Amino acid sequence: MLLISNGRVVDPTTRMDAPRDVLLDGHRIVAVAAPGQLDSRANGAERFDARDMIVAPGFIDLHCHLREPGGESSETIETGARAAARGGFTAICPMPNTRPVNDNASVTRSILERAAEVSGVRVWPIGAASLGSKGEALAEIAAMKQAGIVAVSDDGRPIATAKLLRQVMEYCHALNLPVIDHCEDSSLFAGAVMREGKQSVRLGLRGMPAATESLAVGRDVQMGVLTGCRLHIAHLSAHESLEFVRSAKAKGLPVTCEVTPHHLTLTDEDVQYDSSYKMNPPLASREDRDALIVGLADGSVDAIATDHAPHEPALKDVEFDRAPFGVTGFETALGLVLELVHAGKLSLMRLVELFTSGPARVLEIGRRIAEGEPGDLTIFSTEHKWTFHANESASKSRNSPFDGRTFRGAPMATVVAGRLAYRR
Amino acid sequence: MPFRFGHMLGIEALSAEEILFLLDQSKPFQEIQRHPLKKLATLRGKTVALAFFEPSTRTRISFATAAARLGADQMNLQAESSSLKKGESLLDTVRTIDAMKPDCIVIRHSSSGAPDFVAQRLPLPVINAGDGTHEHPTQALLDALTIRDRRGTIEGLNVTILGDILHSRVARSNIHLLSKFGCRITLCGPAMWLPRELECLVPSGTGIRRVTQINEALEDADVVLTLRVQQERLHEPALALDEYVLQYQLTPERLRHAKPDALVLHPGPMIRGLEIDPAVADGPQSCVLEQVTNGLAVRMALLFLLIGGSESSSDRESAHAAD
Repeated sequence: MLLISNGRVVDPTTRMDAPRDVLLDGHRIVAVAAPGQLDSRANGAERFDARDMIVAPGFIDLHCHLREPGGESSETIETGARAAARGGFTAICPMPNTRPVNDNASVTRSILERAAEVSGVRVWPIGAASLGSKGEALAEIAAMKQAGIVAVSDDGRPIATAKLLRQVMEYCHALNLPVIDHCEDSSLFAGAVMREGKQSVRLGLRGMPAATESLAVGRDVQMGVLTGCRLHIAHLSAHESLEFVRSAKAKGLPVTCEVTPHHLTLTDEDVQYDSSYKMNPPLASREDRDALIVGLADGSVDAIATDHAPHEPALKDVEFDRAPFGVTGFETALGLVLELVHAGKLSLMRLVELFTSGPARVLEIGRRIAEGEPGDLTIFSTEHKWTFHANESASKSRNSPFDGRTFRGAPMATVVAGRLAYRR
Repeated sequence: MPFRFGHMLGIEALSAEEILFLLDQSKPFQEIQRHPLKKLATLRGKTVALAFFEPSTRTRISFATAAARLGADQMNLQAESSSLKKGESLLDTVRTIDAMKPDCIVIRHSSSGAPDFVAQRLPLPVINAGDGTHEHPTQALLDALTIRDRRGTIEGLNVTILGDILHSRVARSNIHLLSKFGCRITLCGPAMWLPRELECLVPSGTGIRRVTQINEALEDADVVLTLRVQQERLHEPALALDEYVLQYQLTPERLRHAKPDALVLHPGPMIRGLEIDPAVADGPQSCVLEQVTNGLAVRMALLFLLIGGSESSSDRESAHAAD
């Protein structure tokens, strides 16, 4: 048994924001009650004093890269999961662009088996949409679903053609799986390393316009209309893309989207000759960043997702245009989004929703703090001051633009299946 | 005025005063090019590493000659050499060069920002000899020296830059430099090679405009800077060479729209009959060969300032501390 006492429970599903004690037993939550009322029942239980802390449902990250199998010098399921737990995440969804690609049930099973051995947090794999994510033939989606994938995506690249996207969406609609697309027009993307704009021209780095993303979002939404399949837009970065999502939602289409903490925090003006600022989609304009923040608050954005993309220093410590895209994100996500709360741009309830019931809705699962629910909780402080040092990260990689940044607020404990997976 | 930089990575960060100081420092080295005996002993015992990761002929020879005329020894690394072909990283390559203890490294690289990358990681002065589509600072300095020699000043001139501005590091460095002296800059070329954002690069208040009609762009120009048309760029997207010649070749007729004594500059290599008519290239307004000679003077001045002034390593460190 584990008793989380004296915390402030913030649960978007039940709209609860009140002091509560939470008792967990086995893998589940067994009781939620006013402070002190569970003391007798919790006799002999392990205790976590959450005084001055927020007790939230377990955070879900819909988008990360754990690099195993095939890229273990940059990350493993074990190190990635440890970094996720330190970031407050209780469940993480690794993208299929491993080597080999997670495009069949045996790869899915091997990821899940490995996770069961070494991961303190839940690992919910995302399967490839096409074999090898090559954009040609469909991957073994039904078999992967049986093995445990929660969605499909060819992340890292867009689902190549409208024709393939249509087939994937028809097929996944029947399987009741969401399709997650990395939206990008390949011809506009070709050779670009950052967002096109004043800074790309100044630095002499090849830029891609916002339309690189929004053209593909428009295509995908159209295909959602045609197929009726649930569509989730990965790491949305441009305000034009958000407009497509907004209008799709207004029409009642099952379209959702996620935004990364770095796109909420940085803009293309921050880019320097430092590959820690190189990711795809690239850092966008100030106008985009501000529009995304509005989208968080007004409900157009469904989830915060990290797009945690570790690359070992040998790969990243090169010329900007030769470095791979991607930044780490697990450990800095909450601190970054809390900055928006402290700035008065986002309510605490909405923040919790974006990390919990928001992503849960994308996967059509529940996420709340109530008797009988899975024992996954994220306990965090909105005030704890700390500084992120990339070289002290639990990740194997160091590629963060937030190295040295001081945060107000931090994950204090991560509870997965009734047990403390991390304690600060 | 002391030269406060430990490196020469770009023009953008320099002030007008620093640029004038560099031009003034180049003066005596211009004189030397006219002497029968051109070799000095100023940098005897010093070593200049020339790391050209991208093929280059004229800039490499210019730096090598500048170093030789100052009495410095050279280490040469060229794009064709084996370590690069074998896939060694930039960082490992320059660390290896650094371990041979040069006093300065001159870098030419196809990646924008490569000299900055090296400067952040090595404890020695870095000179940017052209990086990607970012900057080519010594080119802009030698252009400024050439203009000042002919015109007496670089203040307040009308300068037209002609060609593929988007992909030109020469254009960027010149825009940064000339805008610090109140020049009115006209960018001219096919519209897709004239990024609107360039107008935001310069200090607000600077006159900078994009013009797609060449005669309009040349109107009243004091200086016409013709860029090389990089034929490899014509493929993205494809633009027919004939189309470029038809619209943008600098011909005697078109040049008549500029001021009668307008200067014509070209960073080279120059393709006669493509971006420039031979009659213009060889005409009295052309400064092309002076630019080459002035390149030596500017590069000698830079090498002298970056490694000649500091005899001890503590001076070197203080130069870095000030950067």
